[in-house]
Amino acid sequence: MKMVKTTLAIVTTAAVLGVSGFAQAGATLDAVKKKGFVQCGVSDGLPGFSFTDAKGAYKGIDVDVCHAVAAAVFGDASKVKFSPLTAKERFTALQSGEIDVLSRNTTWTSSRDAGMGLVFAGVTYYDGQGFLVNKKLGVNSAKELDGATVCIQAGTTTELNLSDYFRTNGMKYTPITYDTSDESAKSLEAGRCDVLTSDQSQLYAQRIKLAQPDEYVVLPEVISKEPLGPAVRRGDEEWFSIVKWSLFAMLNAEELGVTSKNVDEMAKTPKSPDIGRLLGIDGEYGKDLKLPKDWAVQIIKQVGNYGEVFERNVGAESNLKIKRGLNALWNQGGIQYAPPVR
Amino acid sequence: MQNTGNASPASGSFFTDPRKRAWLFQIVAVVIVVAIGWFLFNNTQTNLQHRGITSGFGFLQNSAGFGISQHLIDYTESDTYSRVFLVGLLNTLLVSALGIVLATIIGFTLGVARLSPNWLIRRLAGVYIETIRNIPPLLQIFFWYFAVLSPLPGPRQSLELGEVFFVNNRGLYMPAPVAAPGMWPFWIALLVAVVGSVLLRRWARARQHLTGLPFPVLWCSLGLLILLPGLTVVISGVPFDWDMPVLQGFNFRGGWVVIPELISIVMALSLYTAAFIGETVRSGIQSVSHGQTEAASSLGLRPGLTLRLVIIPQALRVIIPPLTSQYLNLVKNSSLAAAIGYPEMVSLFAGTVLNQTGQAIETMMITMSVYLAISISISVLMNVYNKRIALIER
Repeated sequence: MKMVKTTLAIVTTAAVLGVSGFAQAGATLDAVKKKGFVQCGVSDGLPGFSFTDAKGAYKGIDVDVCHAVAAAVFGDASKVKFSPLTAKERFTALQSGEIDVLSRNTTWTSSRDAGMGLVFAGVTYYDGQGFLVNKKLGVNSAKELDGATVCIQAGTTTELNLSDYFRTNGMKYTPITYDTSDESAKSLEAGRCDVLTSDQSQLYAQRIKLAQPDEYVVLPEVISKEPLGPAVRRGDEEWFSIVKWSLFAMLNAEELGVTSKNVDEMAKTPKSPDIGRLLGIDGEYGKDLKLPKDWAVQIIKQVGNYGEVFERNVGAESNLKIKRGLNALWNQGGIQYAPPVR
Repeated sequence: MQNTGNASPASGSFFTDPRKRAWLFQIVAVVIVVAIGWFLFNNTQTNLQHRGITSGFGFLQNSAGFGISQHLIDYTESDTYSRVFLVGLLNTLLVSALGIVLATIIGFTLGVARLSPNWLIRRLAGVYIETIRNIPPLLQIFFWYFAVLSPLPGPRQSLELGEVFFVNNRGLYMPAPVAAPGMWPFWIALLVAVVGSVLLRRWARARQHLTGLPFPVLWCSLGLLILLPGLTVVISGVPFDWDMPVLQGFNFRGGWVVIPELISIVMALSLYTAAFIGETVRSGIQSVSHGQTEAASSLGLRPGLTLRLVIIPQALRVIIPPLTSQYLNLVKNSSLAAAIGYPEMVSLFAGTVLNQTGQAIETMMITMSVYLAISISISVLMNVYNKRIALIER
């Protein structure tokens, strides 16, 4: 099943690489405009990041990044089609041109950024790896996990961090590797493994999916840096800039106090020159990016600023209730920071 | 002028000679195939380079850095990707080998049972075959994994058998033999017994050929195989120490463990394939005309002997070719184990390694060649066996 999918992807890779010439700057934007939508690779079901609601619509912080790109390009945030991908499938899908943007809680690492033909366009969520255990085991710290059986998702940085952490602390473990996060969660519930390890945000998201969430706790240790962000194919700087600045526009909007509610008003009478530049009142900053003048207005109006997106999907207004923490803006105690529009 | 020396009818023009023409076409075909292959390779290479995707097989020497739940050879996280490949290959081979042996045994039993004169046995075998072979193997794997093995109790509430075997949802734990010092007499005795059995069998065959007198080879060999090594155990002590599984912390430590992923995949695949083998065996047996059975009975052979000496050898000719395809199917289906997290080739190498290195083309190429190699080896072996048992017409 998975093999067929992967093989198909490989064959497509070979075929695409075979027939298309060099990837050129601008090729992706032209192709996206021609087909009329952005093809976006997302997770196959992770509350808060990307999941389908009762009506079958995709929701989540990763999904909103895709909507923002569509809003910037087309002025219409709904012009997105989603490809749900497992961790194993994601890079091949992007390499082969099956998707235009990969926005799938993917950790930015040097080998992925440089050796796999991708470039990361920024960080949507600063995360770190943690552990989820059953309370019955009576474990209070990750240091007490010597000899544990651990469920992980295949093909993630988590797999490598886990091994590093146990080796550094001179502990042993048995890994059980599944393709999807749902399978690992099911296994944790069945008691096949003692611990589930993943990015902390994912652990909270998976916990609320369990039958009895209260019986499980997330251990306090964070054992790695996991900056999660969208990635695009290497070699098309124009598209790279569009994705990058769609994200930055949301961050800048929050910093400048522009929200989906007041953006129209602000666009009429900008309160500061910064806001004027962001919303396309002053200067031709959209044109530089090969985007319409009101690109940022559309993003903010239809998707919201970063703060709104965060609170709606993973923060106080969601079931996950994750605090801003590292993901607060730089001037509010966090490390989220976007270069200025100028 | 008479043309006596040259036998070829048309040797004049290059294009009118069918043999030369055939050569020309073949050369052209080869050139085209090579050119296309070269173009694809070259274009892929250039594009990979342009997009900054690392290519080549150098990654095999890099350290893998992740753990594997089941490895038949020593493996630690600091080992290389090529070691991971070996681990995955051995795990695939283990599933295939166990599956083939079990499926063959169950399948032959089913096939014979399907033709049993006993109504109940015949019907039961029929119902089994019709049910099992019509359910997709992936569902059967899930059934064994999630419905049969997952509900077992956790390690601290393990079911135990004489404080030696333990069953829980982490697997089946059993004592592992560890070679004790001074066990060489045991191995020598075992070797002598094996060689002795082979020689005995040869001698008995030759004697039966000459005189017609049968010799109980099976019983004598068994006796030899048990008695000789047994004697050394009595004289020089037990050749093994037992490494017992002990509950410690979260899990049992020590001993051998058969993980539930392995049990699920082997059970599912062997029961599934056995249903097909059963039908193959039944059709093989039915292809031998009933006259053979009657002839054998009239010679005074008992039903068991008739089946073993007359029917099965003739049926095998019909059974072996489709049996080979069943074996090949089983090997290929073993890749379904990826769905339950058993670390075989596809999940480990074409999955995790592909993802950690991003080198899709190389890892998929290696994986596909491995399956091809395993399948071809099985075909070749089965063809050799088929030749040996083929009816020799005189």
